[in-house]
Amino acid sequence: MAGELVLLDFWPSPFGMRSRIALAEKGIPYEYREEDLRNKSDLLLQMNPVHKKIPVLIHNGKPVCESVIQVQYIDEVWHDKAPLIPSDPYQRAVARFWVDFIDKKIYELGSKIWKTKGEEQANAKKEFIECLKLLEGELGDKTYFGGESLGYVDVALVPFYSWFYAYEKCGDFSIEAECPKMIAWVKRCMQKESVAKSLPDQEKVYEFILQLKKVFGIE
Amino acid sequence: MAVVKLFGAWLSPYCYRVIWALKLKGIAYEYIEEDLSNKSPLLLQYNPIHKKIPVLLHDDKPICESTVILRYIDEIWPQNPLLPADPHERAVALFWIKFADDKSPLISKLFRTDGEEQQAVAKECFEMLEVLEEHALIGGKKFFGGDEINMVDIAFCSVAHWLGVIEDFAGLKIFEPHKFPRLNSWIQNFKSVPVIKDNLPDTDKMLALLKRRREMLLASKSS
Repeated sequence: MAGELVLLDFWPSPFGMRSRIALAEKGIPYEYREEDLRNKSDLLLQMNPVHKKIPVLIHNGKPVCESVIQVQYIDEVWHDKAPLIPSDPYQRAVARFWVDFIDKKIYELGSKIWKTKGEEQANAKKEFIECLKLLEGELGDKTYFGGESLGYVDVALVPFYSWFYAYEKCGDFSIEAECPKMIAWVKRCMQKESVAKSLPDQEKVYEFILQLKKVFGIE
Repeated sequence: MAVVKLFGAWLSPYCYRVIWALKLKGIAYEYIEEDLSNKSPLLLQYNPIHKKIPVLLHDDKPICESTVILRYIDEIWPQNPLLPADPHERAVALFWIKFADDKSPLISKLFRTDGEEQQAVAKECFEMLEVLEEHALIGGKKFFGGDEINMVDIAFCSVAHWLGVIEDFAGLKIFEPHKFPRLNSWIQNFKSVPVIKDNLPDTDKMLALLKRRREMLLASKSS
């Protein structure tokens, strides 16, 4: 069942982090391969010819692309340990809805925060906080989105925490001040080894963003 | 007996995805047509986040987002499965469904734009078709699902029906059968499947409504 498992990834990618967390939660050994996105490997281009993007999970030579699909695949194949996706079909549908919401909103809005200025940035910040507040509503009083244990929505969302410091510095705002429940949830997640080990240091991510800004000529 | 209700809009491909899935599995449901310019309080209550159709109600529990609904239907009613059983094959199917979800909005964007912006969208649509032709339909399969349609075929319905209507309306020629032979075969096969053929919005009605909507859109842009 384990076979050969390779993850093609890039250290600051929140999408790659999702798969890292899922694999760590289930204690599955795998080979992590860092990709240089300016010089993509032949393997990456072969395994993801459509998008040429990371992360790619390669299991016994067969690729699984798209982070949310990887997390589902990992959960299905290694279903006996630390289940991430709810077993009840309706709860599953609710979880999938929120993961879809996160995918549609968080990355794009976050990108706008560090890439833009003025009114565009202000609008992005406003919408970003509104989205986090909606997610806080969904979390409610639960320890995790998954209830008592880490679940699909937790795994999909928590990687973005590693970018929060960069968003805050670029956007000159405090996410904790606006969404304290969200940060409290993040801190609970970060106490888990699977999460803490899968997320890079926030300062490192901020330095990376500063580099990107230079490269793209963004002030 | 569990009650199934579907809030939809007759022009929406996302709504048809759900209709076909319910019919393929023989599920009885009540259909409620929504006027998208005047959304009902019920719709806003059941989908407060996006305020969009389709919304499926099963035993008074709302499920939103067409792909989420399709997967729910497939899991609750396992007859005529719409996804492969093998985990890797399922991952590949889900990849193409996500591709369809990410790219389908381009087709309605064609209708909402003009001039240079429309040209740029048309180019993106063409590239999407190229990807499908080159990567998704290899192996000479009749459908994405093999010998029978599955969730992937359903997900690409915009390409099969809505694209042609919008092209006619906007005077564009993005899809040409000789340029996309595999895709062309798939479109013919897909639209021949009885449940699809019998449940497609009428082309003339679509053109008439698109014309009215486009006039309103351009009027609001210039004002």
